[in-house]
Amino acid sequence: MSAPARPGESPERFRNLRATLRLWGETLKALGRSPGGVAGGILLALILATSLGFHVVYPVDPLAQDLLARLTPPFWEEGGSLAHPLGTDNLGRDVLVRILYGSRVSLAVGFAAVLVACGAGILLGLISGYYGGRTDSVIMRVADIFMAYPFMLLTISVIAVLGNSIFNLILVLGLSDWVTYARTIRGSVLSIKEKEFVLAARSVGTRHRVILLRHIFPNVLSPILVLATVRVANIIIWESGLSFLGMGVPPPMPTWGRMLAEGRVYITDAWWLVTLPGLAIMLTILSINLLGDGLRDALDPRLRNI
Amino acid sequence: MPELLEVRRLVKHFPVRRGLLGRRSAKVHAVDDVSFSLAENETLGLVGESGCGKSTTGFSILRLIEPTGGEVRFQGENILTLAPEPLRRLRRKMQIVFQDPFGSLNPRMTVERVVEEPLLNHEALSGAARRARVKETLEMVGLLPEHLTRFPHEFSGGQRQRVCVARALVLRPKLVVGDEPVSALDVSVRAQVLNLLVELQRRLNLSYLFISHDLAVIRYVSHRVGVMYLGQIVELADVKAIYARPLHPYTRALLSAVPVPDPRRSRQRILIKGDVPSPIDPPPGCRFHPRCPEVMPVCREQAPLTRAAEPNHLVRCHLYDHHDVWDPSFQASASDALNRSTQGGSA
Repeated sequence: MSAPARPGESPERFRNLRATLRLWGETLKALGRSPGGVAGGILLALILATSLGFHVVYPVDPLAQDLLARLTPPFWEEGGSLAHPLGTDNLGRDVLVRILYGSRVSLAVGFAAVLVACGAGILLGLISGYYGGRTDSVIMRVADIFMAYPFMLLTISVIAVLGNSIFNLILVLGLSDWVTYARTIRGSVLSIKEKEFVLAARSVGTRHRVILLRHIFPNVLSPILVLATVRVANIIIWESGLSFLGMGVPPPMPTWGRMLAEGRVYITDAWWLVTLPGLAIMLTILSINLLGDGLRDALDPRLRNI
Repeated sequence: MPELLEVRRLVKHFPVRRGLLGRRSAKVHAVDDVSFSLAENETLGLVGESGCGKSTTGFSILRLIEPTGGEVRFQGENILTLAPEPLRRLRRKMQIVFQDPFGSLNPRMTVERVVEEPLLNHEALSGAARRARVKETLEMVGLLPEHLTRFPHEFSGGQRQRVCVARALVLRPKLVVGDEPVSALDVSVRAQVLNLLVELQRRLNLSYLFISHDLAVIRYVSHRVGVMYLGQIVELADVKAIYARPLHPYTRALLSAVPVPDPRRSRQRILIKGDVPSPIDPPPGCRFHPRCPEVMPVCREQAPLTRAAEPNHLVRCHLYDHHDVWDPSFQASASDALNRSTQGGSA
């Protein structure tokens, strides 16, 4: 506990910041008590670390073709070798390094798109919920339009018009997902703004903008954190789907979705071409969802059934 | 004593939406023609059943909800016509302590940040001066410097209410509205907080508008007491007068319901029949007549006016029709008189 500042002595710096960090530390401790959350966290950390640092241990060019070693099976199968631990594809490219490169694309697109969606959704949801009235109606009707529009069609048409680049992909995925955040935030704001501490802030003369940022925003953060975690997984699946359709990240960059699409033709001869990228997607999604569930329980046990 | 706060013919109606299309077909008469004044250093207690409009009155005076009509003068200035920014600046002089010490503190703010917020809004102090003021105020309400970095959930109910009092007092206001400030507290803690409030009034020259449903609490803290029934003040007098000789039948019934701590003394309970009528559709004539033990024919037709049964004892009841009518606009200017003539018969 912090010692009181005596007169003449300089008051302790950042003591409120440290207290706030202590509050978040308690949440982390609660997260540590959920086995699923811990498992998901460790798995995701492993995936992130591998994705960022694999080139040091395994410096293989993902685009290098070896046409003499086409469709080599993984090393444990007959005919496989440790030169290509997870085999090669129809052009003789190393499957392991392509999966690892694919993880970079998937995770980067997933997190970046969620950031875009979160930013837009939080801003619009806060405004919509707090100010209400006509502003609220307009924002929510726009949200309805977004909800009613088939997401895949929207994404495909936008990508078709703007051309496919990672940047466009992130923007489109992010902007088509803001509605979920905006609605969640709006709902939380509607309940928080009726609390007496908001009235108390008004009665001491706090401006609306400050009330929104200081009193309301920190109290609607938990559901958003949980939602964002789970949505990263969704975005990764969408990105894979788009890449599968050829509307995702431009070639020749390897992504999990494209590996599935390209391997589909050889599925009867070379099972590893679709199974292994599929497994990578599954493990990543699983780890994120486990972490999200643990986080939800840690932040607010009452959200358990959402 | 100069009047700090004057409330005249305050009215608050809440629209009720009913029917398919959400027409505004009815309104709740939460506060209907409430007038009183509050002197410096004085405590006025507002007492009544739940739903009688006492909290609405308190909130309306601070414009935490917008009143429908009437006038609230704080140090002579009508605050109901103030623009948002001047109103915001005036808030430093009038503060409120809420009923629920759990809901009225932001769970993610430390005590220091709660108590310094009013200072940040209203006073340009250096960091050190601000922290000193926060500490001084916390000591005043009986909290320790090590409580500064604690969060609300780390406190008991009584301590939280002390934090709320500190937040209300850190700007050194003139008026504090207490909206049932001790109702959510345990009896032992309640006494401590009440004593604290009384002591702080003496130290800081505060005026309290003290809202409660608890007759004992009101008697302990108030100098004058207003009894509310269905949105109106039915009796207003000095605390001694009202507890010794209540005039209004409702006040009498209310006081007769207080338990007497003497088993040999038998009480004469005045029982009132029925429930409180809906404030959406208050009864015609006197609002208390369907339940009044002394109801007369005139009560069913004509709403009683507030009369001064004694110089400082106001009562709104037909039993006292032989006394002079009390005019809330006793310091009225010409424009007020005009205003009054247009709403004249609304009582």
